[in-house]
Amino acid sequence: MTRRPIDLLVGTFVLLGLAALLFLALKAGNMSSFSLSATYDARARFDNIGGLKVRAPVKSAGVVVGRVAAIVFDDKTYQAIVTMALDERYRFPKDTSAKILTSGLLGEQYIGLEAGGDAAMLAAGDTIKMTQSAVVLENLISQFLFSKAADGDKKP
Amino acid sequence: MPIERLGARVRSYVDLAGYGARFFARLCWLGVASLRRPRLVVDQIHFIGNYSLSIIVVSGMFVGFVLGLQGYYTLQRYGSAEALGLLVALSLVRELGPVVSALLFAGRAGTSLTAEIGLMKAGEQLSAMEMMAVDPLARVLAPRFAAAVLAMPILAAVFSAVGVLGGWLVGVQLIGVDTGAFWSQMQAGVDVFKDLGNGVIKSVVFGFICAFVAVFVGYEAKATPEGVSHATTTTVVASSLAVLGFDFILTALMFGSD
Repeated sequence: MTRRPIDLLVGTFVLLGLAALLFLALKAGNMSSFSLSATYDARARFDNIGGLKVRAPVKSAGVVVGRVAAIVFDDKTYQAIVTMALDERYRFPKDTSAKILTSGLLGEQYIGLEAGGDAAMLAAGDTIKMTQSAVVLENLISQFLFSKAADGDKKP
Repeated sequence: MPIERLGARVRSYVDLAGYGARFFARLCWLGVASLRRPRLVVDQIHFIGNYSLSIIVVSGMFVGFVLGLQGYYTLQRYGSAEALGLLVALSLVRELGPVVSALLFAGRAGTSLTAEIGLMKAGEQLSAMEMMAVDPLARVLAPRFAAAVLAMPILAAVFSAVGVLGGWLVGVQLIGVDTGAFWSQMQAGVDVFKDLGNGVIKSVVFGFICAFVAVFVGYEAKATPEGVSHATTTTVVASSLAVLGFDFILTALMFGSD
């Protein structure tokens, strides 16, 4: 098969399309934030996870150290079991605590890890014992209203 | 009798749907087979794709400009102008990129395919091919169909990429949104598979729709000057409506759950 000048033009067109896709994936998408490094799973039980979603970030000291891999409901304890895939590079003590936090006032929710002082480290499949649930705005408001009402009863 | 006319009409539409489906299946089969003669397909990609590039790039640029300006106007009311990058990228990748480039594609390439095939039919070239035992579906229609299906996702990707750059140009260079926030918000919010992947699937579906409508309407055109002009109009109207309708269905299927 002989080559023709038209091949060059069509090749440029196709390569341009691939370059555009690559640009969108790397520059506009989160392709570059996919960590290819190995991860290990750690679990945590929460009474209430609020609006936490799968693939939400797990942060420690503000740095992303992993992602939420799965969220399931346990009908024995009526708690949510959150499985986190933590980056193999980062090790945490066994008595690390996990909190569900919100970035900004209306931002997305993420898990914050606070390292403890234990000498033993979390291994794959371990469960984090100390957890703090998400703050649900409705509960907060109702607590506030109840305490207001209690104050009102005392005053007169 | 009006009832009889109604019945005949319904019957003819059902008939058209069946014929169209059979035609589509045959085109898909012949389109794959035509890849074994790449020269024909490459010629058509050059004609359909390369020549559409200018209109796609210019429109993408301007759509990006407008998104940057309008998005900034709305977002700064809520004090979140930094989310401009996310707004521009999500609207382009998920919706505007595939849809607008499909509409432009129908107008730019679909009409020329229909007119070309319609005139071939009017000039009895297609019948002449059949006389020479050459299947016009395999020789003329299938390479054009395959080329249009292949070119559409490329054009949509170029449209989105140029649009994002256009939004960046207006948002960052003209208005002065912070460039780091622009890109990082975009990267935090755009998912490669959920947003970009579904956008690519959309553009592939639209490629099939535009290519099929253009080729089918051209082949079924009445072999007269009015017939060809009517077919060209039908191509634009039918493929635009089909693209918009399918876009709603695809969006509901892909993004409806959350």
